[in-house]
Amino acid sequence: MTTTAAASGRWRLRQPSVIPGFGLTLGFSLAYLTLIILIPLAGLVWRSASLSGAEFLGILSDPRTVNALKVSFGTAFIAAIVNVVFGVIVAWVIVRYEFPGRRIVDAVVDLPFALPTAVAGIALAALYAPNGWIGQILNVVGIKAAFNPTGIVIALVFIGLPFVVRTVQPVMEEIDSEIEEAAATLGANRFQTVFRVLLPGLAPAILTGFALAFARGVGEYGSVIFIAGNIPYVSEIAPLLIVIRLEEFSYGAATAIATIMLALSFAMLLVINLIQAWSRRRYGHGA
Amino acid sequence: MAHKSSRRLRSPTTEAPAARYTLMALAFLFLTLFLLLPLVAVFIEAFRKGTAEFLAAFGDPDTLAAIRLTLLVAVIAVPLNLVFGVAAAWAIAKFEFKGKAFLTTLIDLPFSVSPVISGLVYVLLFGAGSVLGPWLKSHGIEILFAVPGIVLATIFVTFPFVARELIPLMQEQGTGDEEAALSLGASGWQTFWYVTLPNIKWGLLYGVLLCNARAMGEFGAVSVVSGHIRGLTNTMPLHVEILYNEYNFVAAFAVASLLAALALVTLIVKTALELHYGAEIAAGRKH
Repeated sequence: MTTTAAASGRWRLRQPSVIPGFGLTLGFSLAYLTLIILIPLAGLVWRSASLSGAEFLGILSDPRTVNALKVSFGTAFIAAIVNVVFGVIVAWVIVRYEFPGRRIVDAVVDLPFALPTAVAGIALAALYAPNGWIGQILNVVGIKAAFNPTGIVIALVFIGLPFVVRTVQPVMEEIDSEIEEAAATLGANRFQTVFRVLLPGLAPAILTGFALAFARGVGEYGSVIFIAGNIPYVSEIAPLLIVIRLEEFSYGAATAIATIMLALSFAMLLVINLIQAWSRRRYGHGA
Repeated sequence: MAHKSSRRLRSPTTEAPAARYTLMALAFLFLTLFLLLPLVAVFIEAFRKGTAEFLAAFGDPDTLAAIRLTLLVAVIAVPLNLVFGVAAAWAIAKFEFKGKAFLTTLIDLPFSVSPVISGLVYVLLFGAGSVLGPWLKSHGIEILFAVPGIVLATIFVTFPFVARELIPLMQEQGTGDEEAALSLGASGWQTFWYVTLPNIKWGLLYGVLLCNARAMGEFGAVSVVSGHIRGLTNTMPLHVEILYNEYNFVAAFAVASLLAALALVTLIVKTALELHYGAEIAAGRKH
């Protein structure tokens, strides 16, 4: 149907092809996407737009909302930092070293993707609670690792780890050994080679991994609520506050908090895309 | 001098043994504390009071209803997302059209939305305060706090899994095989069944595997729309929460251990697929 359009060179939706099924598959995909994702999300935006500005600001300046957002973003930030440090170490060990069981270690990294969040939540609570295996040991040193913001960070470290490892790992595998050899022949010691030659090249991937882990941590719910203690103003996360507002039938408040969270996550998504575009220009490969 | 030169024989592009063992120890300690111990804890807590207590948890009709509901939801949600994934990948990978990059971004959208918000959008769409709510109620159609809502929320959160595995794979494979089949007289459907499908089967299985793991384990989104009616709208992860909050720890961990076993099977099959069909799963996947 587009063959005549191709000849005339006027605007056309797609380039000509002998492969059939474009209308059917694109039509179905768009219809399904619209029904399942776009209309419901638009409903959220529409509902949020129907709140007056004063209402919206009132909900967002409520100290409980402010604290919940601070807890969510603060703990997700700390957890993402922890994951960057250990994620890079784990990726390094998997990519660079040969040891028995390397493939198992590699597979284990994906556990947080496969294990349901509620299961992770109760397991972490059982381990890090004051009477749990690890909690008992930490208690002796005076660290309380559950039912406070520390507990939230622990859950988010669990959830976010694979995002950092799986983003950094493929880029690490691509590192050309000539770069390291050049650095070594020019007299750099190993420390200098790693920190001033290798890690800067990995920076875009590390940043992307950080952003993905951070974004996931901000929205995480299932694994957090069991270990957080959920004390308002202290260890209550924003997604939990949305649930609480819904249970109180305060749909307006739930919508306002959700809209702010959504806006912030999309801003993050944009930043990730910009980092990747920048990294492709600078290093010639995606992060 | 001889001593010094023998030391120099160590490769300049790897770390000193001490640094290497420290990094490995750090990585293993971190993975043990945050990933392995939680997994082990699930099974230990489930069998804490013996096998009889463990099995008793599955005699509870509410537990069995939760297992049935989880299976039902996955059986509906996964095939729908499978059909969508194949259709979207066909349109995106086999054709050049305007807005393709934007469509690909939209498909990934559910990954950047908090699970709680994924549930909230359906509450706003079908709930009592919505435009559709009163109409649904007057026609006796139950979506929210019933199975359809749970299925919709599950479809939302598992939406991108199959599509995002297939798109890069089918882009890498190009259109040569299909064009050959069509030029030899095959119909569109024949081309898909006998040429494309065999090419993408392992990638498809991989996507379905991940999609299914998330569908059966989803907590946040389902929690918001389910209404938590025991024996009726409780999926396995929600049932775990209820049992845990009732301090029925053995039963909670027993149900959780079933989900953890599912996660383990998922990881094992996933690793096996990557090992044997790495090139046929996705373009550029290294692990």
